[in-house]
Amino acid sequence: MKAQSALRNMFLSLTIISLVAAAALAIVSKLTHSAISEAKALKNEAAVVEVLPKSLGYVTLSPAEQDGVVLAYDGQGACVGAAVEASSENGFGGHLAIMVGIDANGVLVGYKILESSETPGLGEKAAEWFQKEGKGCVIGMKLSDGDLQVSKDGGQVDAISGSTITSRAFCEVVNSAYQKFLDAVR
Amino acid sequence: MKSIEIIKNGLFSQNPTWVLVLGTCPTLATTTSAVNGLSMGLATTFVLMMSNIFISLLKSLIPDKVRIPAYIVIIATFVTVVQLIMQAYLPDLYETLGLFIPLIVVNCIVLGRAESFASKNNVWHSWLDGLFTGLGFAWALTLIGFVRELLGAGTIFGHSIIGGADGMLLFILPPGGFICFGFLMALVRKAIR
Repeated sequence: MKAQSALRNMFLSLTIISLVAAAALAIVSKLTHSAISEAKALKNEAAVVEVLPKSLGYVTLSPAEQDGVVLAYDGQGACVGAAVEASSENGFGGHLAIMVGIDANGVLVGYKILESSETPGLGEKAAEWFQKEGKGCVIGMKLSDGDLQVSKDGGQVDAISGSTITSRAFCEVVNSAYQKFLDAVR
Repeated sequence: MKSIEIIKNGLFSQNPTWVLVLGTCPTLATTTSAVNGLSMGLATTFVLMMSNIFISLLKSLIPDKVRIPAYIVIIATFVTVVQLIMQAYLPDLYETLGLFIPLIVVNCIVLGRAESFASKNNVWHSWLDGLFTGLGFAWALTLIGFVRELLGAGTIFGHSIIGGADGMLLFILPPGGFICFGFLMALVRKAIR
């Protein structure tokens, strides 16, 4: 027997299906909640370790603050650097979030792209471009000497060929990370 | 007898990608590598399987006039389940596929199978149809991803085979997706026939 399309039947069937679906989703959401936040935390933690080279000699890391700054301390409790999470909405695909490693002297020591929606094969090269050998490399640049800018805009960073917008956004994120770092250590 | 026909239909003669040409948007967008294509295909397979089972079970309880919203609620539920599980246990993959996971809800293959198959057949056949239509979609996506990855990045399932070379970028970008899709469709249809 097929249910008739009477108002009562339609109302009942949709309501019951939606309620059961909502309950099922609530359960699944509850079950996966801790795993999801764990996966996120783990990813951030891994990124922090990745952008801070061992040569900095840090021993302890401060817990991540609201502003996304993780400070690294050596054995004597002096701050030797920080991993700073910053983002910009000006990437070619919009949102671009980067973990930036900065040492106590304001030198860029590493970075890792956390979230990006750049073009595969072009803007996505930012993951390696700015830290591999070559003109595009920004590792070792002193951020306290002034903002990073792509060479097209009169700066010192060689943009990814074909991805000037991504490169500009990258510089913008690094600069804002440095600002956050200054605010945090002040 | 019918079961064998369902399997053959899903994988070959009624293949959603090569023959019915449904769901081309996620097909082109997620096949930048073989792994991405395969994962998208398997995620869709799971949704197809589960939604077909439930729609077939509930078909006599759902009045005709509200069947589409009812189906969509069921499909969206399973898509959200996939999304949450992926986010929890496969975060890297979730990031690559990103937006296209929630968009499985509106993948016309899923609603198409619900409407044209699960709402008219028993649970066993619907389950089989969901599974093999999904696998048909999955192998098509994997093949397209494999070719695009090989030509565009010079890698096979992420392993580099031509050291140092960058590959032809075109094939990773949308135009190359269309070109691959077209040529592969011609070849596969010739082979299936």
